[in-house]
Amino acid sequence: MDALRIDISVPLRSFVLELALDVGKETVALVGPSGAGKTTVLRSVAGLTRPERGRISCGKATWFDADRNLFLPPEERSVGLVFQEYALFPHLDVRRNVAFGGGGNVDELLERFRIGHLSGARPSRLSGGERQRVALARALARDPAVLLLDEPLSALDAHTKTRVRAELHELLAETGLPTLLVTHDFEDAATLADRVGVLVDGRLVQLAPPAALVAFPADSFVASLGGANLLRGVARPGDNGLVEVTLAGGERIYSTDEVEGEVTAIVYPWEISIALAPTTDSALNHIPTEITSLVPVANRVRVGLGVLVAEVTASSVDRLQLAVGQRVTASFKAAATRLIPSR
Amino acid sequence: MAALFLLLPLLAIFLRVPPGKLISQLGDPVVRDALVVTLKTNAIAMALILLIGTPTAYLIGTRRFRGRALAVTLVELPLVLPPAVAGIGLLAAFGRVGLLGTPIDWLGLQIPFSQIAVVMAITFVASPFYLRQGIAAFEALDQNLVDAARTLGASPQRVFFRVALPLAAGSLGAGAALAFARGIGEFGATIMFAGSFQGITQTLPLAIYSEFDVDFDIALTISALLVVVSAMILLAVKLRPAWTRSESTSPFLFARSSSS
Repeated sequence: MDALRIDISVPLRSFVLELALDVGKETVALVGPSGAGKTTVLRSVAGLTRPERGRISCGKATWFDADRNLFLPPEERSVGLVFQEYALFPHLDVRRNVAFGGGGNVDELLERFRIGHLSGARPSRLSGGERQRVALARALARDPAVLLLDEPLSALDAHTKTRVRAELHELLAETGLPTLLVTHDFEDAATLADRVGVLVDGRLVQLAPPAALVAFPADSFVASLGGANLLRGVARPGDNGLVEVTLAGGERIYSTDEVEGEVTAIVYPWEISIALAPTTDSALNHIPTEITSLVPVANRVRVGLGVLVAEVTASSVDRLQLAVGQRVTASFKAAATRLIPSR
Repeated sequence: MAALFLLLPLLAIFLRVPPGKLISQLGDPVVRDALVVTLKTNAIAMALILLIGTPTAYLIGTRRFRGRALAVTLVELPLVLPPAVAGIGLLAAFGRVGLLGTPIDWLGLQIPFSQIAVVMAITFVASPFYLRQGIAAFEALDQNLVDAARTLGASPQRVFFRVALPLAAGSLGAGAALAFARGIGEFGATIMFAGSFQGITQTLPLAIYSEFDVDFDIALTISALLVVVSAMILLAVKLRPAWTRSESTSPFLFARSSSS
């Protein structure tokens, strides 16, 4: 099996992109804020950007080696690159777009991507989802050794995104190619990829399976990517054998993590429960607060609670008749409260 | 009022001579010779402009290099240069006693007052119209499409023929039409550099001038012919968006997909 090996250094405007990454027969997502160098990684692999130092190889083929002054042009690398806005050729119909790279069975691809009925249509007449399927079919027509996807879902509206994401997930599993995708959306990365790398200012902060990234974030940025609540405070050993954190707002919470000093407490929204009256339950952390917002997300509702965000089911919101402005108590376990020393 | 002012001279040309006489006078030897010279020299000039101008516009439009702004300005210079000055300049460069006079003489060539001179004058004044349009069209080319083509295995040459050229075709066509219109009407540089010899260098505009005090009706006939040609070119340019948007036809046959 041909693995993609990247070890490059590319000077960008305000920092240097330094990345060492191996992609086997899997999907790796690079996630990070815009301007973190994500697209530069893809362009370097595709041969559209020349790194200053390092090596890029795929199986036995070396595509770039700064020491040997080797830099293969894009057309001599076996990559399929799907561009952010898909970059379909506007003057060619769907069939000719897919056939542009030559090779491959075009008819079979059109069938497989359910775009056979569109083969005579120009890209301007296609929907976002259809464009993406054409772009994928075109990229795969050349039978590439590596698949690269640049923000594959960002050009889609929220409505079609969920469906297209599921399709894409299935497809990536089917092709079995080493796949590198970049996105600014952690949820996209977590659903599509086997491993997620967090890229900040040109550096890989953490590389792990999505679940591990959420459970053990390397820093507060990774935690916030995963949608966690970040609470700043000061930690010291408490009298109950746990660590007591005094938050900026004066509230006291407990954690099982043993850290001292300035910390960021991390609590995921789905770990927070909401009660109408002050309660006594197994959770140690109770914060009296007020509901500031209610935003439905699929079958769940994100509940704004001042500095916290909780995520509960829509049926719970109905049962408790939660409304903006209502006084409630937010509860979460000490065991669900991660502490990371502030830097 | 303004429209009337612009339209009246054109109407006057057609109203002075009866249409029947206009058509019969197209057979006059002076008109025939001038038409042949005009078509021949303009065809050669346009071929040169398209063949050399298109790659030049592509390079200037898509590459970033030192002196690029200077190159763009140089291309536009003939647009603002008075045609008579262009004619004198060409004479000073390629004439017998001009800058390149001696080497041209060695080659046994004599450029001034020949058909080559007519072609050169037309090329000099008309090419900027095509180049300007071409540079703008290639500048507007989406770099992502070029990159996409490269990752799909296309060499830079293939990108030019299969992506850049078809996408710029509409603008290039408009530029070519404008250049052609300018070339057909070329007068100042040609009369300076090529003179006005019937059957050799006398193009239609030059024939209007020389027939002016010989046979005014002939001058009117040629003018009417040029009005018709100019109107057709203008119409073609105005209708351009219709055929660039066309779904089924590509104006460049060689640029079409070979896989169909």
